[in-house]
Amino acid sequence: MSAADLTADGGHETPLSEQGPAPKQVVVGYGFWLFLLSDIVIFSALFAAYAVLSDATANGPAGVRLFDRQRVFIETVCLLASSVTCGFGSLAVQKRNLTHAYVWLIATLALGASFLKLELSEFGAMMAMGAGPSRSAFLSAFYTLVGTHGLHVTAGMAWLIVMLTQLRTLGFQPMVRRRLFCFGLFWHALDIVWIGVFTIVYLGAH
Amino acid sequence: MSEYSTPQGLAPGVISRRHATWRSYLVGFVAALVLTIASFAAASTNIVYGPSVPLLLGVLAIAQMGIHLIFFLHISSAPDQTNNVLALAFGVFVVGLTVFGSMIIMANLSHMMPTIGKLLEMQR
Repeated sequence: MSAADLTADGGHETPLSEQGPAPKQVVVGYGFWLFLLSDIVIFSALFAAYAVLSDATANGPAGVRLFDRQRVFIETVCLLASSVTCGFGSLAVQKRNLTHAYVWLIATLALGASFLKLELSEFGAMMAMGAGPSRSAFLSAFYTLVGTHGLHVTAGMAWLIVMLTQLRTLGFQPMVRRRLFCFGLFWHALDIVWIGVFTIVYLGAH
Repeated sequence: MSEYSTPQGLAPGVISRRHATWRSYLVGFVAALVLTIASFAAASTNIVYGPSVPLLLGVLAIAQMGIHLIFFLHISSAPDQTNNVLALAFGVFVVGLTVFGSMIIMANLSHMMPTIGKLLEMQR
């Protein structure tokens, strides 16, 4: 922004350094972005552990025998579609369209729930085969990494249910819109982590 | 939209252009879906030369993460996004350091580790 811009719109002559902190929306959004990046750093440690331990099967079953790619593909599409419905939901929130916001956010919730159901049925089937987290170092790392992602999805769904209730009771207050905005960032970030999971864990299995 | 945007910059996930943002989500969805299908096809069929599959999967995954950042999180190279991009760059740096650092150190340790036979010999 040049000096001419500052004088052009009148009462906006205080220099940037003296305009005080940015509005709450920007501070909250940026702070939440930093949180998401540190969350991704946590996942990077779990990815590192998985990469190191993925061959340590202790004569137990290896990944390629355990994983069902068709199921993982459906899980991936569920999560991807839920990211898009979540985006449509935040557009509806920006436009203050309550009905559209409900429809898209509930669709996000449903897609998240079907992802979680598929993941839990996969874990259940593996444990029934005797491939639980205590079977080998590879399986411990697998359940920790994929389970942490699943826990994040669960937490996100709980958050979304709270936000749907707040939309109902509080409406489009700035506070509620800020929270929904952060929820959108969180949900998209989880989808980015899932790309790493399905590429390294499921497609990279050998 | 102005409450998200200030002289100090833009919150992540906010687009400065106003019109037709639902299109950005649809374009992102189609692009991400194509890349996902390509990943699964490369890993499950023999279309691609075997030894090059891991590299291809890596490229496809990084491309899809880029699609998500641009079309879903709306990170761009616009000047009011500098703060977000710098934070992202630092995050990627730490992730790379953690993952590749651990892999190199652990591979090196396992390389230096004597075999059981050698250990027994050393105890004599």
